Amino acid sequence: MSSETSSAAAIGDVEGVSLYDVDHPAPVIEPPRKRTGKTPKGSRTNFEMYAWLFMRLSGIVLVVLVLGHLLIQLVLDGGVSKIGFAFVAGRWASPFWQAWDLIMLWLAMLHGGNGLRTVINDYAERDNTRFWLKMLLYTATVFTVLLGTLVIFTFDPNIR
Amino acid sequence: MATPTLDKTDKAEAGFADSPFITATFRIRRFNPEVSDEVQWQDFQIEIDPKERVLDALHKIKWELDGTLTFRRSCAHGICGSDAMRINGKNRLACKTLIKDINPDKPITVEAIKGLTVLKDLVVDMDPFFQAYHDVMPFLITKGNEPTRERLQSAEDRERFDDTTKCILCAACTSSCPVFWNDGQYFGPAAIVNAHRFIFDSRDEGGEQRLEILNDRDGVWRCRTTFNCTDACPRGIEVTKAIQEVKRALITRRF
Repeated sequence: MSSETSSAAAIGDVEGVSLYDVDHPAPVIEPPRKRTGKTPKGSRTNFEMYAWLFMRLSGIVLVVLVLGHLLIQLVLDGGVSKIGFAFVAGRWASPFWQAWDLIMLWLAMLHGGNGLRTVINDYAERDNTRFWLKMLLYTATVFTVLLGTLVIFTFDPNIR
Repeated sequence: MATPTLDKTDKAEAGFADSPFITATFRIRRFNPEVSDEVQWQDFQIEIDPKERVLDALHKIKWELDGTLTFRRSCAHGICGSDAMRINGKNRLACKTLIKDINPDKPITVEAIKGLTVLKDLVVDMDPFFQAYHDVMPFLITKGNEPTRERLQSAEDRERFDDTTKCILCAACTSSCPVFWNDGQYFGPAAIVNAHRFIFDSRDEGGEQRLEILNDRDGVWRCRTTFNCTDACPRGIEVTKAIQEVKRALITRRF
């Protein structure tokens, strides 16, 4: 009626000697972080809510900005081969394209940065790892945003 | 002319009716810290009526084949929420899952729910789960003097949170949530469902406190709407919808 492919007695037998018994049970595998009575209570700020809302709203705007950007840069009017210093200089002569690129830069960097922050929060197991990964992320985000903003505002078409 | 065919069918049906039993293989994830620190999948072949439940099969294995098989069950009728387990990769109640519904032709895998410490075989440490439940204050909070008669409520007001009153705290939803797997400090769907049950209760006055708790870093904003919880709920609660309603309440409260 029954046939077992393995017998329970064989589990953990190392050459006939088990390392563990009733008085010395094997360690159980606990999740890296779990909720206990000592888990810190909330910070009482709305940061997470604003971050969540920002992701939704910036996402909608970015769909228009990024798809428009890709269409103009890569598809329309000769495609990617037309892009050069002159093309960029011509576009940034207009405040409209300056504003487009500036808004796109800020929204995309903050949107992506917040997304990665979420990923780090989810997947980093140790507190230290999480802290340093997030510091690296924030540094990279701030650097890119500032550098891009600086270039858009101080761009000089006559540079040579 | 049709007689021989009929005879054959009759015989076949009679033969089938004699034995409703089939041979099914149950592949169970075993862990016994008193024997080994290794986890092992063990196969049990049993004869069982496919109209029986997975819990009946586990009973048969425990009572007739291997008494060391350990699992929780109390009422065995889908009310107590003790026997949530991962059957064929999906969180279900063993006492509400019929064997014929989960393809007994292949081995049926049974393992403990994920994201919680496995103590032995199918038994997990539920403390973090109940800590999250405890932290959302799942009890009536009111201000002022107690009324001299019961707190009345209209049928519509009762209907508002009817869905979330069905929770049996089996942890099938929370232990199916990938955010909970990665970070056990997330409140998890079950705690949010039970907060929802009081937040939207017209008799309760602690809604603001509970919303504040769920506005936290580990609160509703960590939900990614993967709908694993709604799929897993053995009571058919629309868990993700409840979580979204808490999010909406938080946003409309601020703006």
